Amino acid sequence: MLSCEEATRLLSEAQDRKLVLPEKLRLEIHLAMCSGCRHYRKQMAFLREACRRLGEHQGHGESGE
Amino acid sequence: MNAIASSLIDDADLDGIRRDMIRFAHLQLRDKAQAEDAVQEALLAALDNAKGFAGRAAFKTWVFAILKNKIVDLIRRQSRTINISALSAEEESLDQAFEAQFKANAHWAPAARPSDWGDPEATMRQQQFWAVFDACLRHLPENTARVFMMREFLEFETPEVCRELSITTSNCNVILHRARNGLRRCLENSWFSAGERPC
Repeated sequence: MLSCEEATRLLSEAQDRKLVLPEKLRLEIHLAMCSGCRHYRKQMAFLREACRRLGEHQGHGESGE
Repeated sequence: MNAIASSLIDDADLDGIRRDMIRFAHLQLRDKAQAEDAVQEALLAALDNAKGFAGRAAFKTWVFAILKNKIVDLIRRQSRTINISALSAEEESLDQAFEAQFKANAHWAPAARPSDWGDPEATMRQQQFWAVFDACLRHLPENTARVFMMREFLEFETPEVCRELSITTSNCNVILHRARNGLRRCLENSWFSAGERPC
């Protein structure tokens, strides 16, 4: 079975390339059983979104929304 | 500033945008003088071509797009003289901190298990969050940050990042994983569980 450490590597790479089917399957099985790695997956998506918005939010209060 | 641009954006707005741009460029170039030069050039180019922006927001988007191009050029030039793959002490210590989150069987140690960060939109609406995020980004080792920024801010595809910086794909993956873990841990400690930690 996939370890959490390996799962974090796949979850990071999933941000950069399409995982192949066997990788996806092993990952999904792991995630079904592991809340820590499910949170990790959401956190990866959060980081991406925060980076995308960084330019608008740099610095002071008047920018953004 | 030309007539069209000055009718849309006043000096105070421009000052604000310029400050934001410098912070953004500084974060990526890690060099104040270079960041200021890049911003100056981008602003001049944008004001030169300012035609019918629907106000401040459109102008800001446009000028940031120009700035990103300038930053990419600078990074490209620099990447010929720096060795991205060389592991600094800071990077080694990030890797050790990462390893320390796991038990011997490579599963999360209970105290290090990633927590639920709740509603992302609610977090990103808070101005203080952006100060913490900024600090966490600055905290990343220089080369790690450079690869991460190219991928996430300048929005290069990973193969392009590898090519531009002359590193292998697997090395690129290792560096991006290191950066994401460093940021994740920093945000978890400095923002998401700064108040209380359920255990």
